[in-house]
Amino acid sequence: MKLLQVEHLDVTLTTERGAARVLDDVNIAVGAGERVGLVGESGCGKSLTLRAILDILRTPPARVTAGRIWFDGQDTRVLPAVEREALRGREMAMVFQDPMTALNPVFSVATQMGDVLRWGDRRAGTRRGRIARCARIRDALDRVRLPDPDRVMRAYPSMLSGGMRQRVLIAMALLNAPRVLLADEPGTALDVTTQDEVLRLLNDLVQADGLALLLVTHNLGVVRGMTDRVLVMYSGGIVETAPTAAIFAEPLHPYTRALFDCVPKLTGGALPKGIDGVVPDYLDPPPGCRFAPRCRHRMPVCDTPVPRFPVGPDREVACFLYRPT
Amino acid sequence: MSAVTGTVAIPATPRVAVRRPRGFAWQRFRRSPTAVAGAVIVTLVVLAALLAPWITPYPAAAGAFVDFKARHLPPGAAHWLGTDGVGRDLLTRIVFAYRASLLLAVGVLALSVPFGVALGLCAGYFRGAVETVVMGVTDIALAIPPLLLALAVTSILSPDLVNMMIALAVLWWTWHTRLIFNIVRSLSGEDYIDASRVIGAGPLHILLRELLPNCVSAIVVKLSLDAGFVILVGASLSYLGLGVRPPTPDLGSMIQAGTAYLPGRWWEAVMPCGALFLVILGFNLLGDGLRDVFDAEAR
Repeated sequence: MKLLQVEHLDVTLTTERGAARVLDDVNIAVGAGERVGLVGESGCGKSLTLRAILDILRTPPARVTAGRIWFDGQDTRVLPAVEREALRGREMAMVFQDPMTALNPVFSVATQMGDVLRWGDRRAGTRRGRIARCARIRDALDRVRLPDPDRVMRAYPSMLSGGMRQRVLIAMALLNAPRVLLADEPGTALDVTTQDEVLRLLNDLVQADGLALLLVTHNLGVVRGMTDRVLVMYSGGIVETAPTAAIFAEPLHPYTRALFDCVPKLTGGALPKGIDGVVPDYLDPPPGCRFAPRCRHRMPVCDTPVPRFPVGPDREVACFLYRPT
Repeated sequence: MSAVTGTVAIPATPRVAVRRPRGFAWQRFRRSPTAVAGAVIVTLVVLAALLAPWITPYPAAAGAFVDFKARHLPPGAAHWLGTDGVGRDLLTRIVFAYRASLLLAVGVLALSVPFGVALGLCAGYFRGAVETVVMGVTDIALAIPPLLLALAVTSILSPDLVNMMIALAVLWWTWHTRLIFNIVRSLSGEDYIDASRVIGAGPLHILLRELLPNCVSAIVVKLSLDAGFVILVGASLSYLGLGVRPPTPDLGSMIQAGTAYLPGRWWEAVMPCGALFLVILGFNLLGDGLRDVFDAEAR
């Protein structure tokens, strides 16, 4: 069993018009030290998956209706609340997408990072632990290559730039030395150069600490540079999972192919075509493959539930095109 | 040419201590004339009320005191604001009346605001059934005219300062619940709330350490505006004879007594009116000024 394993995860969103199954049989496995990318277009359930793993879904309306989330051999969904919270604080950490809203505006960086330490380790919360706590915060800020960590510690979020805040968030996430890092499109809110720096930094730190990384992103370039394995998500389900090198060499699922074709080429040529049609209505999804209505290879069998077909080593595709014959 | 050379003293890295840069807020506050005016008025009124027995010219006039030789004196050198129908110095009585007004404001707000804020926090954070019940009750309570309920309560209980506080506090919390509920509801979507859940923080931490501090500026502004309003409603009640018992001075009852002599002996009603206006103006200006400071800070 892998370090973090999500099995048959279903999440249902209660809406005024009925229940929408927004995550449908999601399976994710992240081994220790493995970097996994989760890609897909907006609204396909990537962020929701991260939230479900961390148990921070907004309930209501979102609710985990089925499935198991294993961490280090423990089923987190049946753990008592106290242990689950400890797990969340210490073993798993999350880097949020928007550094502008992920820090509380009324507390200094040191105070907020102190809270993280306090909740991760009750002993650090004592008065005696104060000096040690400050030193750890300082080190953490130093590690994310923030110049003048002492000044940053005393600063309030409004006094820091976007890039600096994102670094603070990374430092915060790594503060309790977690084993799994979940990153929700880190840096998307920043300009490209800053984003590049931040991602490089994140990648370096993840590799240096041997962390398992689950990275949610739209950016295929980032996926290529930062991950070992890729999961492609469409409309609440994983449609393809493959080693990064293999998927870039040959995307298999029609949706993956279409997604990869959407990246404008630097080498010129016309703008990409995009994918016809829209993401299906979650309240009334297609009976079988959810991509079928937009798919160029649609067959009659596509209206029945699609199993995952193994193709090659460590690679699965949820598409009848790859049905073994 | 060599004037610019030389070593630049690099200040030693300061010791790690977390302190809020209060300087900015203070400067912004000082630059706003209305805020400063409000602060000055409120400070003067509070100081005058505190020091009333020592700074007023005729402290005896604050109680049951009669001086028929000095009845109905217009404003002049001996009595700056004139005297009332039984010869009591109006300035003295106004300053003492501020004591009752401020005490009422403090009492009502101290009773009602913590309650309202706590309800708002819970309703905004827990949502669901808690929200339905709390906000439902709040909406119902908001539909009751506060002055009417206060009239009912003070006429059932004996009219005095404490009962007036209770009568007003019974409904005063509703606006704070509303205010905090809306703030918390919008803050709940912020990532830092989720972030603190990720680190394993419990609801108590999130309510008190993450959400409440973000509401403080709104609460402070509302407190200041409220103080003026409580004083006004309190004066209305005692104008109707349901507030502080005479001979204890109170702006409302003084205005009521003074209206009998309008328009000839105008000062007896106009002076306490002006005093009421001044204190309410002071609190409102202060509240507006604070709001400007906090808004600028949030930007």
